Amino acid sequence: MSIDLAVDARGLVKCFGDTVALDGVDLQVPRGAIYGLLGPNGAGKTTAVRVLTTLLRPDRGQALIDGVDVVANPHGVRQRIGLTGQYAAVEERLTGRENMQFVGRLFHLPKAEVKSRAGDLLERFELVDAADRVVKGYSGGMRRRLDIAMSLIGRPSVLFLDEPTTGLDPRSRLAMWGLIEELEADGTTVLLTTQYLDEADRLAERIIVIDHGGVIAEGTADELKDQIGGDRLRVSIARVENREAALDTLRPLCTGDVEVSADGLSFAAPIHSGDRVVPSVIRALDDAGIDVLDVEVRRPTLDDVFLTLTGRAVADEQEGEVA
Amino acid sequence: MERLSLAIQDSWVEAERHLRIIPRNIELLLFAAVQPVMFVVLFVYVFGGSIEVAGFDNYDQYLLPGIFSQSLVFGSTFTGVGLAEDLSKGLVDRLRSLPMSRSAVLVGRTVSDLVRNLFTFFVMLGVAFLIGFRFEGSLFEALLATLLLLLFSYALSWMQAIIGLSVRSVEAANSAGFIWMFPMTFVSSAFIDPATLPRPLEAIAKANPFTVVTDAARALYNGNPVGNNAVYSLGWSVGIIVVFAGLSIRKFNRSTVA
Repeated sequence: MSIDLAVDARGLVKCFGDTVALDGVDLQVPRGAIYGLLGPNGAGKTTAVRVLTTLLRPDRGQALIDGVDVVANPHGVRQRIGLTGQYAAVEERLTGRENMQFVGRLFHLPKAEVKSRAGDLLERFELVDAADRVVKGYSGGMRRRLDIAMSLIGRPSVLFLDEPTTGLDPRSRLAMWGLIEELEADGTTVLLTTQYLDEADRLAERIIVIDHGGVIAEGTADELKDQIGGDRLRVSIARVENREAALDTLRPLCTGDVEVSADGLSFAAPIHSGDRVVPSVIRALDDAGIDVLDVEVRRPTLDDVFLTLTGRAVADEQEGEVA
Repeated sequence: MERLSLAIQDSWVEAERHLRIIPRNIELLLFAAVQPVMFVVLFVYVFGGSIEVAGFDNYDQYLLPGIFSQSLVFGSTFTGVGLAEDLSKGLVDRLRSLPMSRSAVLVGRTVSDLVRNLFTFFVMLGVAFLIGFRFEGSLFEALLATLLLLLFSYALSWMQAIIGLSVRSVEAANSAGFIWMFPMTFVSSAFIDPATLPRPLEAIAKANPFTVVTDAARALYNGNPVGNNAVYSLGWSVGIIVVFAGLSIRKFNRSTVA
């Protein structure tokens, strides 16, 4: 157990009746980092967040937030966390500013501080113009921004964001990403859950992949991608009579078997990540007198990673999240 | 001591959230005012002519305390509906993740509903006076009667709190909160003399705490001897609060969005 860990959970188990929502989850997030908890619906992400934020008691295992035990001292944990759940948990009939002040007062901050911090956060989250309007008229993106601003008013050491962009339109999503990236600059530790691979890829320093209540992989986005065998090279040529010559040229440059399409015009093969293979490929094919139409290198997406790890695509599962 | 002062402070912050909203929700406010007025007018003019109660020259003086009592008890359903709404919107999750007093959300909610009920009461009282209702006893007795009624509706708010936290939707909280109000308020002394009921119903009506509270308030408003009913009704209210506040706070601390 290290005090440099903002979140330190070991062997968390949580069952609902016969359903095992968490099956021995280990999670360590160092201070100041943004970590992503990635998995499909029902994987146990939300349950994990609820245990870490004292909303649910784990059946087994231990979890420390900033060194404080969630079961032994939930009040101490609550003073150190901010939680933005899947639903924008705002009071619709109060104004944005009133919502901020409501939460600030429940953190028992001095009156003047509540006021100034509410003002600062509203400004930072671009809600100044709407601050004195009732939240009912806010857009989905504005509600979500207000929700996060409310979670920050108590200066939490760890911020939990449970699917922060689910249900947002693409533009609000991008804006939300920008805001989350700024949190990192502030030194706030963030644990975010998501079922969007691009989101984890862009925001999270390290990604913890979770499925059926257990951690199935952990690493940076690049590490996870390397686990499934680097990048993929694709080459298209113009004339089918160059098929054998192209194969002979490509083989020594690739790390595995070269696949050929049925028409004999396209080739695909794994290559080392980060190698500057493309120029050599083009030069070699040109030297062999082969007409090249297209060369591309595709980084594997986290979708590929998830598919490789679990045998399923992320979006396949439509069942609801387990409590 | 510090815990208690924090609990009071947090409860007030939470009550204030609801109280600020009340004047902004015109529809709800209108409903809260119109419904009791409708009851007063309906009962007085529809049943008023055909019902006589032994010992009362004027049925209105018998009936109106019953209507006050019923309307205030109906008002307790706001507690369950409001909590179910907070729960379904994820607000309960947020509140439970804050370093606030564990009982404050429920205390704040029930207290703000009590204030709303007070508003309902004054609207009803105004209409009752317009159609001829009078305090026949002292002002002190009338005040005592009102306090007994409000306390009982506050106690029922805590029962509604459990319902609101147990059901899965706002609609269900509304139905489950209301459905038992009808037998409770009709099989009672609110509108008729229980002696006129068939035997088994009469026994139920007489044992009904709602009858006890209504009888106490009616006696006090009319300057009649209240007997033990004032003490019994206080006992019922305090008993319900003690039991159901404990149960609902326990329930609240385990509630999370489904």
